[in-house]
Amino acid sequence: MTTLASRTSPRHHRGINRGEARSGWLFTAPTLILLGLFLVVPIFMALWVAFSDWNGNGSPFTSAVHFIGLSNFGSVLSGGGLDEQNFGQALRNNAWYVILVVPIQTIVALFLAVMVNRQILKGRGIFRTAFYFPSVTSSVAITVLWLFLFSQSGAINNVLGWFGINGPNWFNEPSGIIQDGLAGLGVKSGPGFLTGNSFLGVSWWDWIGGPSVAMTALIFMAIFTTSGTFMLLFIAALQNMSGEVQEAAMVDGATGWQRFRFVTLPQLRPTLFTVLTLGLIGGWQIFDQIYTGTQGGPANTTTSPAYLAYSTAFGNGQEWGQGAAIGFIVFAIIVVFTIVQRVILRERKVSKRRMRLYNLPPSARDGSSNDEDDQGPGMQAAVGIATESQVNRSGGTV
Amino acid sequence: MQRRNRWLGAGALAVIGALALSACGSGFSSSSGGSTGGELSSSKKALTVLIGSSGPAETSAVTSAVSSWSKTAGTSAKVIAASDLSQQLSQGFASGKPADVFYLGNTDLAGYASAGDLLAYGNKLPNKSDFYPSLTKAFTYNNQLYCAPKDLSTLQLVINDSIWQKAGLTKADYPTTWNELESVAKKLTTKSVVGLSMNGQYERMGAFMVEAGGNLMNPTSTKATADSAANVTALTYVKKLLNEGVMKYSKDVGESDGGQALGAGKAAMTVEGNWVTGELKSDFPTVKYTVVPLPSGPAGKGTLVYTNCWGIAKDSPNQAAALKLVEKLTSESDQLAFSKAFGVLPSIQSAATKWKSQNPALVPFLDGVSYAQGVPASKNSAAVVTDFDSKLETLATSDPKTILAAVQTNLQATLK
Repeated sequence: MTTLASRTSPRHHRGINRGEARSGWLFTAPTLILLGLFLVVPIFMALWVAFSDWNGNGSPFTSAVHFIGLSNFGSVLSGGGLDEQNFGQALRNNAWYVILVVPIQTIVALFLAVMVNRQILKGRGIFRTAFYFPSVTSSVAITVLWLFLFSQSGAINNVLGWFGINGPNWFNEPSGIIQDGLAGLGVKSGPGFLTGNSFLGVSWWDWIGGPSVAMTALIFMAIFTTSGTFMLLFIAALQNMSGEVQEAAMVDGATGWQRFRFVTLPQLRPTLFTVLTLGLIGGWQIFDQIYTGTQGGPANTTTSPAYLAYSTAFGNGQEWGQGAAIGFIVFAIIVVFTIVQRVILRERKVSKRRMRLYNLPPSARDGSSNDEDDQGPGMQAAVGIATESQVNRSGGTV
Repeated sequence: MQRRNRWLGAGALAVIGALALSACGSGFSSSSGGSTGGELSSSKKALTVLIGSSGPAETSAVTSAVSSWSKTAGTSAKVIAASDLSQQLSQGFASGKPADVFYLGNTDLAGYASAGDLLAYGNKLPNKSDFYPSLTKAFTYNNQLYCAPKDLSTLQLVINDSIWQKAGLTKADYPTTWNELESVAKKLTTKSVVGLSMNGQYERMGAFMVEAGGNLMNPTSTKATADSAANVTALTYVKKLLNEGVMKYSKDVGESDGGQALGAGKAAMTVEGNWVTGELKSDFPTVKYTVVPLPSGPAGKGTLVYTNCWGIAKDSPNQAAALKLVEKLTSESDQLAFSKAFGVLPSIQSAATKWKSQNPALVPFLDGVSYAQGVPASKNSAAVVTDFDSKLETLATSDPKTILAAVQTNLQATLK
């Protein structure tokens, strides 16, 4: 196919093209081979394992390993056994994690970026470094730090003690924070229609029970570490914006908040998309904090599907197929969420009615250069997004 | 067009890669057909010993024992301390080049044995009958003894001496029955100290089940017995202690386990294994404590035993040498040396007398092995126990019978 394509098309072009195509392939070959060997092939191997009864002994590509259809997926998605219950629990934990981490870290990152980007702030470099520091520290080191900070007699509980608050035993407390809140209001057990019915082996009352106290500590940690990373992306986008638009808004009498809401934020849309997508993908893949920190405990309330995939495969069950199947379910979840988010955040065409407001007569077009300036960085960023999200998606499968 | 070409290229790469890998795969598979009863493989190849070490003391003790064997046997051997034992073992089994000799926990036996990763060499051991029966049962799968028990740990009652004396109690008051345990726990409980504290897990409270005559599974983990009346009795007793406030889970006194609660003076008694001695020595060197046997329940004495064995890989090219190494490592002299270096209990009965004379204060731990039972070891049982543990968190307010019925269902599912 390749040779056919290169044989027919160059006729219309200059002869040099043929050599270009060849050297193009030559130069991309190392990357293609590496990607294929370490990314594409393993993915297909894992896909096969997910549909097989491989038990971890020898290669999965021998005659002793059989195709067993969807049974690995079936046991985690239905059947009413412990496998389904554990998967439901992991999904519940991770869903709460994502629901809380993604919006909060985005808002915090944006806030920090806007603050640090202000001209009047002295020592901006110091602040930038300080906020970015957690991101470049290994997550294992931060997890260990967190275990100390959030221990029963740790710094956090000491500080809470100054205010007369008896802090919880963070990493040993499995109760959900929403359920804890309700219990504080006197609601000790949920209504029958919630406790009686379940989805994936976990009752609806537990689904809406909120993250466990232990998971909440991990949520704080995620916000602490990743906000700095995303702050950097926002700073880059902010610095790419032209000051003239801001000045124009000032001349029009816009307040600081209005300038942020109606001028800055719309221009940040592509960056926002990147940050939310990266946050979403990272959020559904939490593993190292759990592996080094809590090992899924207390009472399975900090397991994530990614950790469950690991413990199912390497644990005493040695269920390799099921572990791989969980991995692919996570992959599907990430893809679906990214697509949904892309649809929500896509650039909409301005409606005709609003467009009419901007349809100025040609005589008044001397201010139009402003428009182009305004579009420049936006377009650049949009192109950046397209490639970045492609990378993300392939990264999401690992 | 360009784009499609790229995808075709990637696809071609994938196919080639898969073919290459499956070709390697067919190479591995040749060795997996050996039967367990046949001759041991033998070669000049060096041995690899993979251990899940608790620290430098254990690593250096095992290394020196292995190298001294190596010198006399003439087969070179290398000790590797795994950072994640089960992961590194699995990688070895999948690649067809596993470590020859390795630590194997009894809960992991069924998974690896059913996949055909392990050599069942138990019947070839000359001193097979010297190992404690409760240990050999724990390493029996499909009626075959798979490996030689390496060491053991049991749970017993550990008492904080100063709290005990402050409450006006003497040696004569060490509890020997459940009733006595309850009454001393009441006496010991004050505003700042709880009488009895332990992790709210089956791994500790299971001892009460054995004392009541039950356990989650039979000794060889071939039958689920979680919903027995004895287990209900045991959990009901623990629930009573919890509700009376004389027992608290260690997390509820703000500690990570019973040893920490005892050392920090937040608990007067705890149920812990012999590893607690090392923990107390390093974290609370000034705290004095006494180890006494767990009190008898309705069915007499009982406790839980934890154990590891020396696994040998079925794919090992030098099984004969590996077996010789294991015989040496489970000998009396080596086990006593290991015990001295990192505090484990010897797995052979012939070493008991000498060990007891060396460790008079820890005798109850070793005595426990005669009436101890193991934890469930069927494939996937670890997930069931984790789930059981999470339900035990709320034991004080829930019905033991309901909890145990769910465990029974889950355990039965692991046996199919």
